Order: sequence, then C-alpha cells, then structure tokens
Amino acid sequence: MPDEKKLCLSGQGLTKVFGRGGQKTVAVDHVDFNFYESEVVSIVGESGSGKTTLAKMLLGLINSTEGDVYFQGKKRDIRSQKKKQEYWKNIQAIFQDPYSSYNIFNKIDAVLLDCIRMRGGGKLPQAKKVELMTQACSFVNLKFDELTNKYPFELSGGQMQRLMIARIFLLKPKILLADEPTSMIDACSRATILDMLMHLRNETGMTIIFITHDIGLAYYVSDSVYIMEHGKIVESGSADSVILYPSQAYTRRLINDVPKIHEAWDLSTV
Amino acid sequence: MSKVILEVKELTTKYITRFKEDVYAVDHVSLKVEEGKSLGIAGESGCGKSTLALSLMGYYFAPLHYMSGEIIISGRNISGMNPDDVRKSVLGTEIAYIPQAAMNALNPTQKIIHFIEDVIKAHELYITKKDIYDRARKLFETLGLPAEVLQKYPVELSGGMKQRTVIATSVLLLPKVLIADEPSSALDVTSQKMVIKMLRRAMENGLIDSMIFITHELPLLKNVTDDIMVMYAGQIVEKGTAEETVFDPLHPYAKGLMGSIIVPEKGLRNAKLTSIPGVPPNLKNPPPGCRFAERCKFVRPECTTNSVGLRDVGGGRTYRCIIPEKELRESYAREMEKNAR
Repeated sequence: MPDEKKLCLSGQGLTKVFGRGGQKTVAVDHVDFNFYESEVVSIVGESGSGKTTLAKMLLGLINSTEGDVYFQGKKRDIRSQKKKQEYWKNIQAIFQDPYSSYNIFNKIDAVLLDCIRMRGGGKLPQAKKVELMTQACSFVNLKFDELTNKYPFELSGGQMQRLMIARIFLLKPKILLADEPTSMIDACSRATILDMLMHLRNETGMTIIFITHDIGLAYYVSDSVYIMEHGKIVESGSADSVILYPSQAYTRRLINDVPKIHEAWDLSTV
Repeated sequence: MSKVILEVKELTTKYITRFKEDVYAVDHVSLKVEEGKSLGIAGESGCGKSTLALSLMGYYFAPLHYMSGEIIISGRNISGMNPDDVRKSVLGTEIAYIPQAAMNALNPTQKIIHFIEDVIKAHELYITKKDIYDRARKLFETLGLPAEVLQKYPVELSGGMKQRTVIATSVLLLPKVLIADEPSSALDVTSQKMVIKMLRRAMENGLIDSMIFITHELPLLKNVTDDIMVMYAGQIVEKGTAEETVFDPLHPYAKGLMGSIIVPEKGLRNAKLTSIPGVPPNLKNPPPGCRFAERCKFVRPECTTNSVGLRDVGGGRTYRCIIPEKELRESYAREMEKNAR
C-alpha cells in the first residue's frame, strides 16, 4: 500500500510573513509536506503555531509569501477567481465554529442546493435534487424533512457541524480540510462526527487534513501526523511513531499536558 | 464523616419559553459536596449541566424559574431567596461561579486591579486602595500568578492568563463552593493545565472549601475531581467516585460516554469509539419512562412506561436504570465479546 500512494497535495518551502520591516511575523516558516490520496493527516500545534495560516494557504484564501503548493503533482494555479473556483471544487473545508459557517439569511435547503449546483447539478429535476439532499442528510443522521424551511441557527452546534459534513458529502471534493472540526462540540457528538468523516473517507477516498490542537484526536484519526511549533514543522511521521515515541521535546510536552485516563497527570510541569 | 458544605435536595428548576411551555432542565437533582472535596458533572451539551450550575446559585432570572427543592450551604437554606438578597449575601462569599468564557468579564479599558477593586468594594465599602492592592497581591502570590498582572490591561494578557485572573478574582471573597463551568474548554492544553493547577492550589490553601467542576471532557474530570456525576436530560443518571465512573460505569448512557473518550495513549487506535445514536429527548414533554430508553441498547418494553428511580449500589454509588447491576454487567460483557469478534 505505501509504495502505490499517489501524491495529492504537497508543498515546498511554504512561508507566510505578516507585516513588513521591523514588525515582521513569520507565521509559517518554510514548511514542506506531502499529503497522499485517501490519507488522513493531522497538523497539530498550540494556538499561535501557524496551523490555521497554513490551512488558509492550502485553501488559497491567502497568498503565500514564498514557496509553492502542488496539487496532484502539478503546481497550483489560482491567480484568477475562475481558477480559484475550479480549485475549490477539489478542496473544501469544515471550520471550527459551526455557528459562523453559514450564511444566516439562507435556509438549509439553499445551503444544500448550492452544493448540488456547484457539482453541476443545477439543471436536475426537483425530485432528484430532493433525493440527493435527503440522501446527504441521512448520511449524517439528520432528517431532511425536518430541516426544510429552517434557518441554520435553529440547529444545535453538533447538528450544524453534521450539516457541514452533509455539504461535503454532496460536493465530494478530493481534499477535505477540517480546521478544529470538533473543538466546539461535546465529546459525545465528537465521536459521531469523527465516525462520519472516517466513513466518508472510506466511501469517497478523499484526503482529510485535520488541523487540531487535540493530540488525542490526531492520534485516533490520522495515518500521519505533523507537529507544528512557531510556524515550523518540528516532527512528522506515522501517528504511532510520533505519538508513542516522540523525539522532540515540544511533542513530548504537548502529549504530557493532555489529561489521560490510565496515566497520572503531572501538574508540576507548568 | 467530614463536614457537608453544599447539600441539594430534589432541586427542580424550569425554563418557561416565550410560548409559555415548561422545560424542566433540572429535574429532582440531589447532591452533596463535602469539605475539601470536588464533584464533577459530566454530560453532553443540553443535558442541563450549566442550568444546574445556575440553579445552584439560587440566582434566578427569567426564563429560569425555581420550582421546588432545597439548596443548603453550610446549614443555610438559600432556595427561593430573592435574587437581590442572593446577590448581596450569597454570590462571591458563599458560592462563586466561573462561566465558560470568564475572561470576557474583563473590561478592556480598565486595569485588572480596577476589576478586583470593584469586586471588593461591592462587599466592603470602607476599604483603602492600598489594602485592596495588598490583598490582591497576596492572593495572586498564593495562586502562583505574577503580581505584575494587576497593573496590566486585559489586552496585554494571553487568554489563559485572563482566565486565571478572573478565576483568582472569583475566589477573592473566600467562597465555600466554587462552581467552575467548563473553565478550561476554550484554552489550549498547557493553559488548561495551569488553570487546573491553580484551582487545586486554591483548594489546598483553603481559599475555597469545595468545588463543582462541570465539563464534558471526561479525562479531565477523572484527573481533577473526586466524584463524578453524569447527567442526562436534566436528571442524574449515575454518581460515584471518579475511578469507578470512568473505568466501571453502570448506566448504559455513562457507558456510552466513557466509550467516546479520546486520549493519546497506547491502544487507543485499536479501540473503537462508541457513539450513542440519536439525540436527547425534548424536555418540553419528556417521555414518561426512562429518558434514555429510545437510545439505549438494552432497552426493555417496561423502560418506556415506568418511571425509573435511582438505584443504590452501596458506597455512595447510584445509577438510574431498571436493570439490576449484575444483569447490566453481563450485558456489557456480552457486548464486549461481540465487539472483539
């Protein structure tokens, strides 16, 4: 399996510098990465380590100062809005805050219809559209008939995040970028959301990039893990090797700071 | 037997919605917290954890209404008191409450010391600025916070530091019970650890007598509190020591909750996370029988009709299920066997 992995998204020397002159902040500092097809990758780091900036660059929401992103082996070209939209058919995102992920003036049908249109299904008959939407909703254990004519804010956080996954189900992108998808919802719904994402990966073979500070979650879901500190990737490798046998002091600290079940939690280190 | 600080008997509170519907968010909850002990409350969102915290303070504002039950803090019954009296004589001195986003309480245009001044002056009218400063500095030293923070503006502090500052302020008047409602869920792991360390310090130094810690992070609860109470749909479904509840849960819901724990420990990747299907019942008209019945794997026909009381297993352990302990354990063992195959 490892030798036939196809490269999906990779980057070389990716850098983002905010500000200029004396007030430069290097948010992402010459980062190299290789994400393979249908792989689950986690980028782990504390707040301020540049995870989200990296995510935004991957999505093409901000330009990189230096370095390139390669999509399926070719250099990514998103210089025009049209090309950007073309690129976004292949990469989609779930953000941390489900409450601010939706247009509050659009009803849920509109949200899902938009996805169908984006996949080129705008001219499908109404019945087919409803069928697609129902299918997407049932994939995430939501009932479409209960959701029609509702606004996103009428749902709970967990439901909204699941609706976000329903969107991804309809869009079927090559890459899904999940930026802290479960940090605002409770532990119980978290298992559900993760299950759904894994199921989606198995069904469509998409690459999932998790951006998270929860190292336990990274360990549970991912095939490979990248640890970021101050804009640099300090450690990377398969989940087992990074989490169980960390080589960097930073990684060890991150793992130590998480409360565990079977091991005692050492409070003296802070 | 040590002194009981907080005792709650059959507390019931409800929300009245704008359509005049009653939502019983806290339904006959009884609990007891002893001196020097901490109680953890776990449960998924919307199960009534935070409402319970608000209800415990006796500080009721529409749409939350007090219905029945007693809240006794060191022998004093505060249930049904006028909110104004509660604010003057209970909050801060008897019960302190840290909401989830406590750090937002800080006024961005004022220094931290002003914030502390406000708190002290509300309770002690004739106190000099110097006394306030000394008291604040002493408190910060006890809790391991740098005293320079007092002269800073909130924008100069990190999120974790702001949170710790507010928590420190909340224990300033030496409350008997500290209710911490997800005090660390918006912070990263290192700041979370600092917050927990500070809370523990406050407890050890006698700034607070007991603590109620609310969170949905079970690994955190296991490491912080002595006892854990699991709530579901406004009711307590399981109560026991932290060890017992995490490693050997009895109620099917608690069992499911413990199956959703994610920690970076060896063997986690092989374990399958159990997610509980379905959603909690609507509390506007809760089901007559067990509230967990429709999501329960071990549901029996009588579950949906008979109301279920708490079953005492001894040793302070209770759970709310009609199935006896022995049968439950057998079902869990069978379930595990099935999963292993």
